[in-house]
Amino acid sequence: MTKILFRRLTSLGFYTIVDGIKMKVRIEKKILESNDACAAAARSFFEKNSIGCVNIISSPGSGKTTILARTVRELKGKMNIAVIEGDLETDRDAKRIQAEGAQAVQIETRGACHLTARQVTESVHSLELAGLDLIVIENVGNLVCPSDFDLGEGKRVVVLSTPEGDDKCAKYSKAFVKADVLLLNKTDIAELLEFDFDRVKAEALKLNKDLKIFEISAKTGDGMQGWYDWLAENFKS
Amino acid sequence: MHEAMVAENILESILDAAKTQQGRPVRALMSCGQINAINDEAMEFAFEAAAMETICEGMKLEVKHLLMKALCRKCNCDFDFDLRSPICPECGESDFAIGDDPPLLLEEIEFE
Repeated sequence: MTKILFRRLTSLGFYTIVDGIKMKVRIEKKILESNDACAAAARSFFEKNSIGCVNIISSPGSGKTTILARTVRELKGKMNIAVIEGDLETDRDAKRIQAEGAQAVQIETRGACHLTARQVTESVHSLELAGLDLIVIENVGNLVCPSDFDLGEGKRVVVLSTPEGDDKCAKYSKAFVKADVLLLNKTDIAELLEFDFDRVKAEALKLNKDLKIFEISAKTGDGMQGWYDWLAENFKS
Repeated sequence: MHEAMVAENILESILDAAKTQQGRPVRALMSCGQINAINDEAMEFAFEAAAMETICEGMKLEVKHLLMKALCRKCNCDFDFDLRSPICPECGESDFAIGDDPPLLLEEIEFE
């Protein structure tokens, strides 16, 4: 068997191995390169303009929009926040935020299970950026897919609500391991659901010791101050 | 099904590479980390669907799974971090700094 081996270094960094009629080409190309490049550009844009950016990830129905609606209402005058809403269909969430007097843009993904950096960048163009402290991106409700897509955010927040159960951190570890904050929402009904906060916190911290955890109820407002303080510490210019 | 988007990106890269190669692409190898959450079956299905009616139709896509690196803050040991058992293999502590997840990478393509 004659094995012909040659390396051809091209401008693309390929090298080729020819073995009989089969030929292997080393590519080493980042698959989500275009998303990563777009996210990096967005990140440096936010930094240059001193605008914070948070990406919120959770299952559908965990209360992301309720948390954000209350946050923009209670921080009005203290912190200028705009929201980018991601959903498969409808502009309901953007309307809820706008009703609180804050800027909001809706992205309808038409079936896609996550937001991409390009969609976010396009939405940022339609925001009035002057005087803005923070852009919050509410990702599509999904605890799996959005973890993969960098949106150019400075911090990542995960929301877990008590009806989802206290065993989710280990089950969906990918969402928690790279997050900065965990908001445990719907504490007002936790007792009824026998939700074990200690278990969740232990599991989450085992995955990510640096995780900041806040127990909140976006409905009653309980515990929200800790979250507001964290926002102010990290994003008030 | 974020695999669908990954599949489209892979297909695009293979079609690009095929322009400068002789023969037909028959096999490709990709690698990913744990946070990428790539399911082999879903990936295979998504790629098959994306490749339909292109020169990549019928190609085999192999997926290699890689672990993240972590550094234990207690004993300073470097180790492969497994999301399913997040503890330091040396001292059993769970206080560590986690490195970046291995990127989704199209490693090689085989032409025939």
